[in-house]
Amino acid sequence: MTTIAEKILARASGKGEVEAGEIVMANIDIAMIHDLTGPLAVESFNKIGSEKVWDPLKIVIPFDHQVPADSLDSANNHIFMRKFAKEQRIEHFYDVNEGICHQVLPEKGHVLPGTLIVGADSHTCTYGAFGAFATGIGSTDMAMVLSTGQLWFKVPETMQFNINGDLKENTSAKDVILHIIGNVGADGATYKSCEFIGQTISNMSISDRMVLSNMAIEMGGKTGLMEPDEKTYEFLKDRVAGENKNRLKAFIEKSNLKTDSYSSSLEIIDVDVSNLEPQVACPNNVDNVKPASELSDVEIDQVFIGSCTNGRIEDLRDAAKILKGNKIANGLRMLVIPASRETYLKALDEGLIKIFVEAGALVSQPCCGPCLGGHTGLIGPEEVSLSTSNRNFKGRQGSPDGEVYLSSAKVAAESAIEGKISIPK
Amino acid sequence: MKGKVFKFGNDIDTDIILPGRYLIYTDEEELSKHCMEGLVSDFKSQANDGDFIVGGTNFGCGSSREHAPIAIKGCGISAVIAESFARIFYRNATNVGVPLLEAPGISEIIEDGEEIEVDMEKGIILSESGKEIEFKKLPPFMLEILESGGLISYLRKQNE
Repeated sequence: MTTIAEKILARASGKGEVEAGEIVMANIDIAMIHDLTGPLAVESFNKIGSEKVWDPLKIVIPFDHQVPADSLDSANNHIFMRKFAKEQRIEHFYDVNEGICHQVLPEKGHVLPGTLIVGADSHTCTYGAFGAFATGIGSTDMAMVLSTGQLWFKVPETMQFNINGDLKENTSAKDVILHIIGNVGADGATYKSCEFIGQTISNMSISDRMVLSNMAIEMGGKTGLMEPDEKTYEFLKDRVAGENKNRLKAFIEKSNLKTDSYSSSLEIIDVDVSNLEPQVACPNNVDNVKPASELSDVEIDQVFIGSCTNGRIEDLRDAAKILKGNKIANGLRMLVIPASRETYLKALDEGLIKIFVEAGALVSQPCCGPCLGGHTGLIGPEEVSLSTSNRNFKGRQGSPDGEVYLSSAKVAAESAIEGKISIPK
Repeated sequence: MKGKVFKFGNDIDTDIILPGRYLIYTDEEELSKHCMEGLVSDFKSQANDGDFIVGGTNFGCGSSREHAPIAIKGCGISAVIAESFARIFYRNATNVGVPLLEAPGISEIIEDGEEIEVDMEKGIILSESGKEIEFKKLPPFMLEILESGGLISYLRKQNE
C-alpha cells in the first residue's frame, strides 16, 4: 500500500504504482518561476535551444522578490522576464503588484490537490497544504521542465507527523513547526516527503496549514503534504477556473488522498502540542529552537511580520490584536508586509493597516521584503531582527554580522512593543 | 585531481555560499566574486583552479538558487566533498557541472589548507599524510554530465 507522495507520483508518471526509492519520469502539472530565479532558468531554456515552452497555460510567473525594481539590474531582469512571458504567451503572469508567489498561486487557483507542482524556489513545498506534491528545483531542472514538461524524481520515503492536542491561545502553527524542526534537525527529513496529519491539523485554517508545509524544507523535506479536506475545497472552489472546478469537486468527494496506515515506506512521529509554549529559532540555524520564555533578554532592532510563512491575513489579525492601542518600543523598527494584494485589501478593509501605522510600523507593498536580504529592510552589523519568515542563516537579512530570530506573528507583535523577545500575555 | 582544501563546518547554507542580494546576477564571473562571502571575504582570490571545498553534514541546505553552485564553479573549485549534501543543491551542482562527493568521516580526517588527491575512478581521497578516505563513486552517466560541464552541455552533445 502507498503514501500520498507515491500516489501522486504514480499518477504523474503514468504508472499504476510506484514505490519509494524508484526513479520516475513524471509529467508536471504546474511550473512556477519568479523574477529572481526566472532569468537563470530562461537563460538555460534558451541554451537548450528550445523555441516554445511545453504548455504556456501550465507555467505561472509571479514577480515578488525585487518588487518594485530596486536597482537597474532588477529592472533589467523584470524586462527580460516580461518579454519571455509575452513571447511564450504565458497568460498566468503576475507583475509587481500581486504578491508573494507561494500566496499568489493558491489564491489564483493554480494549486489543485493530487497534482505535481515544481517551482524554482525552495518554499514551493508550501502547496503541500492543499495536497499537491510540490517541490523546489533549480534553474537547469526548470529549463528542462519549461522545454519538455517532464522531470525525473526519486520517489521519496514519507516521514509522517501525527500532530494532536489543542494549541494554547498564545501559540500558533509557527510554534508547532519550529518545535518539530528543533527536534528533527535541519537535515532530519532530507529527501523525505514530510506529511502532517492529526486532529491539530484538521482543526487548523488553510493559512496555518501553509505555515507547516512551507517550512518542511527547513528540515530537508522534499515536500510537506497534507490530506485535502472540506476546508481545502472551501478555499479553492471559487478560485479554480473551468475544467479544474469539476476536477476539484470530484477529487474532494472521492477523498482518497491519504497515506495507507501500513505503507512500507512510512515513518510515523507522534507530536503532542497541548502543552506547547511559544518557540523561537535562534541564529544561525532554523533547528536552533528554544522556548521564547528563555530569550527574554534578547533586545531587538527590527521586527518583520510578513513572508510566505507568516504574511497572511490571519497573521496580520494576530499581530493587530496585540498592537491595537499600543506603540512599538522606542528605537525599534517594525515592518509589516502583507503576503499578497488580496491580503493587503482585506487588512485595509478590516482596519488592520491603521492599527500598524498608528503603532509606529511601516507597512509596505506585498513582496518578499527582508526575508532573503536582497530587497528592502535589510539589517546592518550587530543588529538583531525578529522575523516571522522561515530562515535565519548567517547574513540572511543583510549583514553577516547581524542576527535573525524567527517566531510567530503573535510573539513578533508582543516583542515589538516590549523591545525584546516577549510572550503575549 | 589534486588541490588545496578549504574546510567549512556543518549546515553550510546557500545564503553563505551566495548571499541573496547577488541573485540579480546570472553571470558566473560576477557570481563567483561573492562566493562564500558570508564566511570568507574574497574567497575567489584565495582559491586556485582545482582546489576543493570540504564540508560537514547537510552542505548546501536552504534555497534552490542555482547561483550557489555556479559561484563555486566560477572559483575554479574542482569538487565539493562533504559528509552529506542537501537535496536541491545536489541536483543543481551536478546540473551545472560541479562534482559533489559524499565521504562520511571526511571532516575528521582532512584539515583546512591540506593538499589532497581525489581519484574519481577508484572513489578514493588521499590526504597529505597518506590516509585514504573512500567516497561514494558516481555512476558513469553522472561522470559524463560533469565532464561535459553540466547537464545542458551534455544534452547538446547528445543531440549533435
